[in-house]
Amino acid sequence: MSPDGWLTLLLEPFSYGYMSKAIWVSALVGAVCGFLSCYLILKGWALMGDALAHSVVPGVALAYMLALPYALGAFTSGILAALAISLVRRITLLREDAVIGLVFTSMFAAGLLIVSINPTSVNVQSIVLGNVLAISDEDVVQVIIIAAVSLLILGLRWKDLMLTFFDESQARIVGLNPQRLRILFFVLLSACTVAALQTVGAVLVIAMVVTPGATAYLLTDRFSRMIWLAMVIGAATSAVGAYLSFFVDGATGGLIVVLQTLVFLGAFVFAPKHGRLAARRASRVTSGAPA
Amino acid sequence: MTASPSAGWLAFGRPAPVAHPAATIDVAGITVTYANGVMAIKDASFALGSSTICALVGVNGSGKSTLFKTLMGFLTPATGSVTISGLAVADALKRGIVAYVPQSEDVDWNFPVLVEDVVMMGRYGHMNALRLASAADGLAVDQALERVGMAGFRKRQIGELSGGQKKRVFLARALAQGGSVILLDEPFTGVDVKTEAAIIELLHSLRREGCLIFVSTHNLGSIPAFCDHVILFNRTVIAAGPTQATFTEANLARAFGGVLRHVRLGGADLHDDADGRSITVLTDDERPLVLYGEQDRETMVPPGKTEQGA
Repeated sequence: MSPDGWLTLLLEPFSYGYMSKAIWVSALVGAVCGFLSCYLILKGWALMGDALAHSVVPGVALAYMLALPYALGAFTSGILAALAISLVRRITLLREDAVIGLVFTSMFAAGLLIVSINPTSVNVQSIVLGNVLAISDEDVVQVIIIAAVSLLILGLRWKDLMLTFFDESQARIVGLNPQRLRILFFVLLSACTVAALQTVGAVLVIAMVVTPGATAYLLTDRFSRMIWLAMVIGAATSAVGAYLSFFVDGATGGLIVVLQTLVFLGAFVFAPKHGRLAARRASRVTSGAPA
Repeated sequence: MTASPSAGWLAFGRPAPVAHPAATIDVAGITVTYANGVMAIKDASFALGSSTICALVGVNGSGKSTLFKTLMGFLTPATGSVTISGLAVADALKRGIVAYVPQSEDVDWNFPVLVEDVVMMGRYGHMNALRLASAADGLAVDQALERVGMAGFRKRQIGELSGGQKKRVFLARALAQGGSVILLDEPFTGVDVKTEAAIIELLHSLRREGCLIFVSTHNLGSIPAFCDHVILFNRTVIAAGPTQATFTEANLARAFGGVLRHVRLGGADLHDDADGRSITVLTDDERPLVLYGEQDRETMVPPGKTEQGA
């Protein structure tokens, strides 16, 4: 094939409106989820992201049934799940992971039940697996609003959130309200989970809010830089994943998450300070043995 | 015009206004109960003034950390009141009067923050809502790091430091904050003897500046060396006052019950002749408190002397 032919082929996805829309919507969602992932992985709350993603399913199903905006339903049930988790944890002696597992599977089951009773209203596959290539214009507007508001709030409050996650006592000492900030964080997480539902689906949202942060964590010792890296990784993998799905004709969500995993593996091996190669170099230096 | 009492010339001939009110803690009859019904503190009262280093001593589970949490406003007493520098706890916190140095176990050392980031966290209360550091904030961080001797480590991730260095970083954060009431939780755990001496030296200089330093510690042996006051605590105040008068074997026995390891050597174990003097070692497996002398008139042996044998 001539160079011109290659170029035409590579640019082909952009000639379809739905493709370029999918690419930049995915990138936007990837960036916001990357931002949030930095907090989530540092607090050992990764499972919480999974829980929220599964818990929004009944809300989405009900919203479609009642012809309400899906984001409203998803958001409400996400918040309900977060509240249920903290309530059950407070009044029982169950461990946190047990409570999270209990709540999110119950909600997910309820969602599947609603969908199966009312099969015409919703396509269960598009909730569980996402379908950004077929995203409607109203949904695009919802995603943009969620992403813009979330980025604005995170941009203004990221340091307060960082202090709350790092050292709650100090957060209180300097006059912050950790409880309120934690709620803010979970509201944002729920909202972004809803947005990510469109791109990768409920099952893979967990990757969006964990993997970019985990990758960035290996690449830097500074939280501000970690946020930037996670956002870039999240946005780039999402955009490239959506773009590639045009050629391989596979599920966009799966491609995005596979790309994120590849980037993570790259960082895991090659990260300048925390990668495996660096660790091996360091142990060679300390043991004094020549290579 | 009457509404501007801060006009400089009005204060002429009077002592200059103090930036911070005198550092004090007043705890009056507080009872603290957890949501699950456990009463952690019952009717505790004490008062501490400025230029004081006071040790808070008690067994694990005696309510020491509950007391600290109450002083930091995490818990609200069911009855009684806590006043810090004449203010309610929430107001004192808002003015940045209270600084806190956490226990090492309470810190996530893998968090991606550098030494200078941690110290800057002490300045958040001085910044606007966006937490943008001003030149003054930067200067306060520089000075605090300089003062604890950690300026050379400012670009290091906190987990890469030794136990003593970690402590110094969090002390620097308290310094950068500029609080006059400083709460320290187990400042000597995991700290080498040299760093311990340096920390004590720093606390002494803060005391000279008028700070009130309240230290929760297991390290009985070093208390006489750096604390001028002691509060023995077990759900309530068992004994409180100047170290010499309060930190006695009898009071410690009351506060600790049978928990302390108690070794007494005397008479024929220690002396060939009939010598009435004996050695008493009290320890909960941190550095011990050593008493020596005639029965019931033993005096404390400063920690420097116990170190030499080691």
